[in-house]
Amino acid sequence: MRGPRTDGPWRRGDDDRLIGGVAAGFAARTGLDVTVVRVGLVLLTLITVGYAAVGYVLAWLLLPVAGSDASIAHRAKSDRRGIGLSAAVGTLLIVLAAMASAVGAGWVSAVEWPVVICTAGLVLIWRNGTAGEQETMRHLAEPLVGLTAGGRRPRLVWRLAIAFVLFLAGTGILVSGHESVRMLAPLGGGVLVLAAIALVLGPWWLGIARDLVAERRARIRAEERADMAARVHDSVLQTLAMIQRRADQPQQVIQLARAQERELRSWLFDGRAPGSMDTEMTLSAGVRQIQQEVEAQHGMTVEAVTVGDCELDEDLGALLEAAREATVNAAKWSGADVVSLFAEVEPDEVSLFVRDRGKGFDPEAVPADRKGLAESIHARMTRRGGEASIRSAVGQGTEVSLTMPRVAGKRQSSRS
Amino acid sequence: MSAPNGHVPTVVIVDDHGLFRSGVRSELGDRVNVVGEAEDVEPAISLISRILPDVVLLDVHLPGGGGQLVVSALKTSHPEVRFLALSASDAPEDVIACIRAGARGYVTKTISGADLVDAVRRVAAGDAVFSPRLAGFVLDAFASLPSEAAGAGAGAGAGGAAGGRPSFDPELDQLTTREREVLRLIARGYTYKEIAKEFTISARTVETHVSSVLRKLQLSTRHQLTRWATERRLI
Repeated sequence: MRGPRTDGPWRRGDDDRLIGGVAAGFAARTGLDVTVVRVGLVLLTLITVGYAAVGYVLAWLLLPVAGSDASIAHRAKSDRRGIGLSAAVGTLLIVLAAMASAVGAGWVSAVEWPVVICTAGLVLIWRNGTAGEQETMRHLAEPLVGLTAGGRRPRLVWRLAIAFVLFLAGTGILVSGHESVRMLAPLGGGVLVLAAIALVLGPWWLGIARDLVAERRARIRAEERADMAARVHDSVLQTLAMIQRRADQPQQVIQLARAQERELRSWLFDGRAPGSMDTEMTLSAGVRQIQQEVEAQHGMTVEAVTVGDCELDEDLGALLEAAREATVNAAKWSGADVVSLFAEVEPDEVSLFVRDRGKGFDPEAVPADRKGLAESIHARMTRRGGEASIRSAVGQGTEVSLTMPRVAGKRQSSRS
Repeated sequence: MSAPNGHVPTVVIVDDHGLFRSGVRSELGDRVNVVGEAEDVEPAISLISRILPDVVLLDVHLPGGGGQLVVSALKTSHPEVRFLALSASDAPEDVIACIRAGARGYVTKTISGADLVDAVRRVAAGDAVFSPRLAGFVLDAFASLPSEAAGAGAGAGAGGAAGGRPSFDPELDQLTTREREVLRLIARGYTYKEIAKEFTISARTVETHVSSVLRKLQLSTRHQLTRWATERRLI
């Protein structure tokens, strides 16, 4: 989600969220780096004394997560208990803040409203968020809950002790701030309190960040596995099912098995997804595709051999179309059970031969429908500077020869 | 092609799939004499050196290593046993390895029963058997020779062999124009008889050309051949 802008409605990020995914969503929307957005958010929160955090929580509530249309607020509307609970928590916090300012910690009132609104919002999110969001929040809240749960004792005790001292010192300075060094005291006190908090919670935050990375990786792996399973299901398992059903028709079973084998092989070794048509195909891939299609559609074996290979351009695309036409033609009319397809890429031309050992025909006395096809092959080739010739005799099969000159600039790409 | 002169060749089938072995056995019928079966490299070597068949039908993929291990283990001790490589995978590196180890030919497992019998007989008679695919491989492998980039090999390969290439032997590392033409027709699906008719030469001459290509394939020191095969991976 880094870099490129996405259009469409504004959504919260899902895969790359740290808390609510608001920053990730904003980054995806504006094309900014997500880290920049996050740092900016934190700074903004400090400058506005917490009001930016309110904006964050509201965005979390109101923006649907990527790939969905319903926001949390939408779901929260029908959650009466949640609304009641968040109102109660909010009121409790207001009372606490009032008590704090009565005791003398007047600075509390500065962050009073942001804290109240954020907490109330978080309660609603907690109750109405997705499972993934609840998991994240549980993660984030874990240090507070886990304080009582033990762990590696000695280090925990040390950390807590130091943090306690810092916290006492900090609050001491803050509370007694009105006596001596008026200007500096709140600052020093604040720093000490922050240090205390960082000391207590720091390791957990680090752990969380690490967990999130690991979790993301695991999710990607799971997605890959699911993708693989789906592919295998769509191709191999379907074919196996079809083979079981057609066990009494050996010809069809052979065809299915061959087509599947080829598809699987091109997926495993050439990285071509089943059923996908590459726009940047090579000649040999194109020949393979003709082979596959004709075998599947006409129930005959196509023996394909290619020598050398090169990228397709428009001329060679026309050559392949003509070859497909010729192959289909042979499948339909020749009566043979094998068609041979041979393509050779040479530095200055590509030749392709389609041959069958079927009944053949007398080129002088061609029935009109076959003549039409022959001419369409011919026209296709000559239009692009190629040549087509057909050799056939009754009882001796047919061979269509196609040659297409190669464009000079592309000679280098020949693999042969 | 060449007459089996009344003798029915004896055959051993080496393949790790029992189903395939029995399938081939029934397809061959009594037109050849199947005298044994083996399913892996070691048993195949001991079986073949015991019964010494005319022809071994050898799967290029065996659990204990490639089929070429069987060929190279027996080639020197029993040169009279001939090997015909069979493969389902069509992976050029396997096929080329088998041929270079000394197999007399290569056919795909999808070959029809009649064609297989014909191939076995030809191999038994000392001829080479090229499937269209193998012909394609060879054309491809020998075409990638830099000295020939200039054009369709005019001059019957006699023209100035590449200077500066250390171990280039034009006798072995280059196909003649006629050999190339013959291979092209094999790749196009022609039988030897049809090729002979096409060039108005005898079937025996076609046979000679193919055998000579086989010899080049086996003896050429061009390391490109192996590298080419590995680069091509699966077709």
